[in-house]
Amino acid sequence: MAEIKDVKRDNTLLSVEGLKVHFPVREGILRKKQIGVVKAVDGLDFSIRSNETFGLVGESGCGKSTTGRAILRLIESTEGSIYYKDKNLTKMTQKEMMPLRRDLQMIFQDPYASLNPRQPVIDIISDPLIAHSMISKSEKQDKVAQLMELVGLNPRFMNRFPHEFSGGQRQRIGIARSLALNAKFIVCDEPIAALDVSIQAQVINLLQDIQDKLGLTYLFIAHDLSVVRHISDRIAVMYLGKIVEITGKKELFQNPQHMYTKTLLSAVPIADPAKERKRTRIITEGEVPSPLHKPQGCAFSSRCPYAKKICREQEPELKKTSEEHWTACWEVQ
Amino acid sequence: MFKKNSFYDFAYRRFTRNRLAVIGFAVTLFFVIMALFAPLIAPHEPSEFFFVEGQNVYDKYAAPSSEHLLGTDSLGRDVFSRLVYGARVTMMVALLAVSISTVIGTVIGLLSGYFGKIIDNIFMRLVDIVISFPVLFLLISISTIMDPSIWIVIFAIGFVSWTSTARLVRAEVLRVKELDYIAAARACGTSNLKIIVKHILPNILAPIMVQVTIGTAQAILMEASLSFLGVGVQQPTPSWGNMLMDAQKLLVLRDMPWIWIPPGVVNLLLVLAIYFVGDGLRDAFDSRQ
Repeated sequence: MAEIKDVKRDNTLLSVEGLKVHFPVREGILRKKQIGVVKAVDGLDFSIRSNETFGLVGESGCGKSTTGRAILRLIESTEGSIYYKDKNLTKMTQKEMMPLRRDLQMIFQDPYASLNPRQPVIDIISDPLIAHSMISKSEKQDKVAQLMELVGLNPRFMNRFPHEFSGGQRQRIGIARSLALNAKFIVCDEPIAALDVSIQAQVINLLQDIQDKLGLTYLFIAHDLSVVRHISDRIAVMYLGKIVEITGKKELFQNPQHMYTKTLLSAVPIADPAKERKRTRIITEGEVPSPLHKPQGCAFSSRCPYAKKICREQEPELKKTSEEHWTACWEVQ
Repeated sequence: MFKKNSFYDFAYRRFTRNRLAVIGFAVTLFFVIMALFAPLIAPHEPSEFFFVEGQNVYDKYAAPSSEHLLGTDSLGRDVFSRLVYGARVTMMVALLAVSISTVIGTVIGLLSGYFGKIIDNIFMRLVDIVISFPVLFLLISISTIMDPSIWIVIFAIGFVSWTSTARLVRAEVLRVKELDYIAAARACGTSNLKIIVKHILPNILAPIMVQVTIGTAQAILMEASLSFLGVGVQQPTPSWGNMLMDAQKLLVLRDMPWIWIPPGVVNLLLVLAIYFVGDGLRDAFDSRQ
């Protein structure tokens, strides 16, 4: 873990150390007894450098969205710390978080649930500005028009309601809202997963353009490696609340080390029929174990074809295997 | 009437397409106008006693005539005038009682649903307690202890009928508060109060409005039954409920239908009309259509 910290520490914008988010499971009518813990996020370490896009990949239920929300303190973390610049977010009260909320924003997956259906667009986009009393009523219209232009929407439509827009347009509204406070760090929680394929590329390009223009840093959460490959600089692969591998995008695709990463990569279709026919998929056996009853040792050991005795007994730590490459696997270490 | 293409604009269009709802609304409006302009419509004062001509006896139980459109009641008062003025009292009681129950129910439902945990537990147990109150018994005891007044009826109905609103609002809040736009508002640092008022309340207003109409109909029925039993609106103030009191006498019930049929019918009509409006609203607000 110490190794992760020392890499270009000066350039780090946000770092997560030993982050755990556990949800107690209770049962009973009168006296609610705790019968177990869902370890949604179970000890994460990573750092995100200024101006980069950090991809976080994993299948559904592995805790990627929980991680994103815990960083913004929308979900309280159980353990660990989150440093933004030099401030520990987990130790702050919601009141102390207020000024930092300008810097840290979020884009949501479902563009139908992330916009208040009773508010016209002008109110949706200006809401954060009003919450931070950053604009007066007279400036509102100009500022919203400016933001709408930035994300490629026609400001003429600012008095319309969300249901009058398409999915892609709604996602643009969500992006405009997250940019309203001049955010520096944006958690993109599967921002294109709910969109049509034809629209996905547009939104991805928009996100990249804005990043270049405004110097943003993204935590890009996705379950689709091909999307992450396009947008990310570095990628972390998550499995059952833990990171199993972190490395640069190129390295990950050329030299995946963790068996789980290899499995994920083999599932990515290739846009060339000749090569696609030759693609061999690694099929893992069984299902993802329930986060209520995680296997002992390495979380992937129950499905890994190369699992040895040690894998089932001891949990591998995230270790540096080469420059800029960390893997949590006994096989590699 | 509403901002173009807003949720309420669509709902309005759907509502006006529903014939039954529009008829219900028209009937309700008719009674509201009747209540508002009671002094202009009623030929007599509601509590004016009439005497048999040339004699010093009340002209009671007089059959309908051109002088008394719906005859007179057991004290020689004009039934039609009492019916018109009764609309005022009945509607005032119902609307004020519903206002009380809606405010209490909405506030408690919002707090309960939004904050959850111990607050939710306390409020929901309170709801259980209030639901198990024997309303009639409670009112009879209150009216024997205190001087009966119309305000006691209003507050009594209001304080026992907020529970369904509270449960409804709580359930709606639980649904809405997990949506992403609430998370987005929290990520911007919006205060709890603002989230509740600006993001949650506007999105649960539709079911509350349906609940208000249905609650009004139920309050009218409640007032009628309380007044019929003599613990509601007291004489000489006319209400549709206490006008039915005369029907407790077998003689009236059997031989003088003009005394009890009109208040009974208007009561039925108004309640039915309001229910139709409520149904229409519910369909209009259902955006799945």
